[in-house]
Amino acid sequence: MNALSEQLSAPIKRGLLARNRWLILRRSAQLGILALFMAGPWFGIWWLKGNLASSIFLDVIGLTDPLVLLQSFVAGHKVALTALTGALTVVALYVVVGGRAYCSWVCPINIVTDAAFWLRNRLRIDASWQPRKSTRWWILATALAVSVLTGTIAWELVNPITMLQRGLVFGMGLAWVVVAAVFLFDLAVSRRGWCSYICPVGAFYGTIGKLALVRVSAVRRRACTDCGDCYRVCPEPHVIVPALKPKEPTASPVISSGDCTNCGRCLDVCADDVFRFGTRFAKLS
Amino acid sequence: MPDDAKSESRRKFIRSCVGLASSAGVVGLLLAGYSKQSKALPAWALRPPGALPEAEFNAACVRCGLCVRACPFDMLHLAELGQDITTGTPYFVARDNPCEMCKDIPCAAACPTDALSKELTDVREAKMGVAVLTGRDTCYAVARGANCRACYLACPIKDQAITMERRVSDGRGYFEPTVHPDQCTGCGKCEHDCVTEEASIKVLPLGLARYDPLATR
Repeated sequence: MNALSEQLSAPIKRGLLARNRWLILRRSAQLGILALFMAGPWFGIWWLKGNLASSIFLDVIGLTDPLVLLQSFVAGHKVALTALTGALTVVALYVVVGGRAYCSWVCPINIVTDAAFWLRNRLRIDASWQPRKSTRWWILATALAVSVLTGTIAWELVNPITMLQRGLVFGMGLAWVVVAAVFLFDLAVSRRGWCSYICPVGAFYGTIGKLALVRVSAVRRRACTDCGDCYRVCPEPHVIVPALKPKEPTASPVISSGDCTNCGRCLDVCADDVFRFGTRFAKLS
Repeated sequence: MPDDAKSESRRKFIRSCVGLASSAGVVGLLLAGYSKQSKALPAWALRPPGALPEAEFNAACVRCGLCVRACPFDMLHLAELGQDITTGTPYFVARDNPCEMCKDIPCAAACPTDALSKELTDVREAKMGVAVLTGRDTCYAVARGANCRACYLACPIKDQAITMERRVSDGRGYFEPTVHPDQCTGCGKCEHDCVTEEASIKVLPLGLARYDPLATR
């Protein structure tokens, strides 16, 4: 009897693959999208042309980054129809898959900052300066204000995401410097600093995320053993609390914050199988 | 909450807001200064046909590179960080690969934001820059009275944008390549084909060729 109950309460043993399933899928998506862009210049396979700012898929579907277009608009340029439909397509896509799914499933800088986070933990770098959570919103507002005042697409002058991605597809120049700076910032200055506190692109996609359909839910939160693994691995741990440890026991298990990147790392690390991908209407099980 | 605590928390809130707002201001000023710096195009770089004037172009171009991909001659580039051109925006170097002036202007057609304007329907109306005989001292025709007319032969707007005009100087007759700016599209063929070591005829970006320091003061 004792042995049986021990067996039941022991965490389910899972292999390396199972413990990193969503991470592997995510990296495949990030690298796959990059590969689609690079297959043109490298192998002459032109399925996806352009870059993350604007692109065309199979010569039919136009895609445009809505934040870049918004800056162009406030800078005083009349929005062209092609760009507008492209931006609306992108918004529609992220309303379905989760706003900041852009951050964890598409953005190439995420690979850089995740690497910095991993190394930071390996090297046991504890010292960290954490800016306020609202910092990225201020930077977003500033980027828009500067766009208005100078008539330029201001954030694109410094945006490491498009710089890295454009660099890989079209030619790097000194963009490595910016990427290295982001890496070092996350490694030595600020834990998860860039993506979780500074980047206004993430803040922007987070607003789309508030409406998003696909969400992570703590549907089996009653099985939670308070080990804290999900908090430690999550780039935005505050989003978990209301879904996992709500004040009301009947509260929704859905992680509804726009800050959640739908990266699925909590699903990977949870030994008690608490989390699931589902819709925003998921119910406790 | 007692009044003291209330006003204390209010003070704290205001202080943090002021702090963040000033930090944002610093970032904004740096960004604004940087954006001002990158508004001029250097003498050696030209925009693709149909490009809006430089100031408007910086608001319109999203640096996607679809024009680069659309160019059948693969002569457009996106500026890399560290170059004197706004990072990520398209340009070409006439001396290296001039614009072939495709009839259907595929680069402009591919532009999703109309930074390369679709109002340009006849590529012969393009204004990528304007050719200037910068090297009267090196030009074979002018300086040596040679029978060179490489630029004239290269010009796609034949007999209109560049003509060879007979001149007499010190009793010596010669033919001078003469640019007619109203006809010149700035394609850069003349600069590309010029036989002197450094091109004696160059296409300058309009913002540079037609820049008036008094007008903007």
